[in-house]
Amino acid sequence: MNFNGFLETLPLMGKGMLGIFIVTGVIILCVYALNAIFSPKNKKNGKDGEDK
Amino acid sequence: MLELFSNITEIQWQQPIMWAIGGILIYLAIKKEMEPSLLLPLGFGTILVNLPLSGAITQGDEVGALDVLFNAGIANELFPLLLFIGIGAMIDFGPLLSNPKLMIFGAAAQFGIFFTLSMAVLFGFDLHDAASISIIGAADGPTSIFVAQFLKSSYLGAIMVAAYSYMALVPIIQPPVIKLVTTKKERLIRMPYKQNEVSKATKILFPIIITIITGIVSPKSVSLIGFLMFGNLIRECGVLESLSHTAQNVLANLVTIFLGFTISTSMVGTEFLKPTTLLILALGLVAFVFDTIGGVVFAKILNLFLRNKINPMIGAAGISAFPMSARVVHKLGLKEDNQNFLLMHTIGVNVSGQIASVIAGGLIISLVI
Repeated sequence: MNFNGFLETLPLMGKGMLGIFIVTGVIILCVYALNAIFSPKNKKNGKDGEDK
Repeated sequence: MLELFSNITEIQWQQPIMWAIGGILIYLAIKKEMEPSLLLPLGFGTILVNLPLSGAITQGDEVGALDVLFNAGIANELFPLLLFIGIGAMIDFGPLLSNPKLMIFGAAAQFGIFFTLSMAVLFGFDLHDAASISIIGAADGPTSIFVAQFLKSSYLGAIMVAAYSYMALVPIIQPPVIKLVTTKKERLIRMPYKQNEVSKATKILFPIIITIITGIVSPKSVSLIGFLMFGNLIRECGVLESLSHTAQNVLANLVTIFLGFTISTSMVGTEFLKPTTLLILALGLVAFVFDTIGGVVFAKILNLFLRNKINPMIGAAGISAFPMSARVVHKLGLKEDNQNFLLMHTIGVNVSGQIASVIAGGLIISLVI
């Protein structure tokens, strides 16, 4: 049993989970932005507006 | 006549055991349909490399065909990456893009990877081997092979057997764990599904943006995520139907055949039959269990702050075993309440787990190198 080694890896666990949440958070924000910019509803509204 | 059978004297005690293990893998592939495309070539290859003085693997100066394949496709991580193009072409990110916040559960369900990294070090593995073992929790064969090979782990065979076996055993592993960490009241929570339309432009830009973001944060994962997303871009662009079809079928099948068969070079009895193999299998199970717990517990924590409660079971679908985990959680929901349809949520979470596991693979490499 390498208890000291185990303790040394705990910061890696923290960094890994933090890293994955940060990357995921950024991706989520990007997807929301994409959905807002390229929303099919926006396009339809735009076309409706043009028709009027 | 005696010369014909002289090779019998070369049989080592480990070899018949490995034939039996190969036979079990073939049985599981055919009879139980557990990941047959991987376990069958792996099982047959296991028998092949464990024949006395097998010509399939290098013996002295004579280079074996399987070793040639290993150096050509596994040692340089090419086969898992090529398979990722096929997998990327198979995945529809629509449910995820329709409800992007589900991605957070994919991240939470990677907890088992990092927990197992620490556990493997506790049990005496060095950091690189521990990281390679922990990535079994990615529940994604190509990622496991890529990371283990990148970190030059000597336990590639055991890691691959564990990764693919546990992926196939998700319907057995996950339900008791989910029940252990949820109450009946939580399992009965209904989640109405609202289908949001996703534009074609979003579907095309998504794989490109993911590759850029992940590549900047974790450069080691560029090839992993890049090949996956390249496959998805072929699928979504709408002008490469034929290539998309080829990537999903011909390419994926071809690479899968060689992948399972070639990995069997790591199944040589004298190397495989060690107590550490059993320990790796146990740690792989730990990774899957704590992935599941991570996803569910994260959903429970979110519920403390949310007005519209989430069924915490969907967090368990954040492990990458796609689409099995999504189906398992959906069925669990139906078992508790036959009008509780969680499938669209679990599919979204499950797809996000696919991305998150690849990101986790890249992060693990970056953290331990």
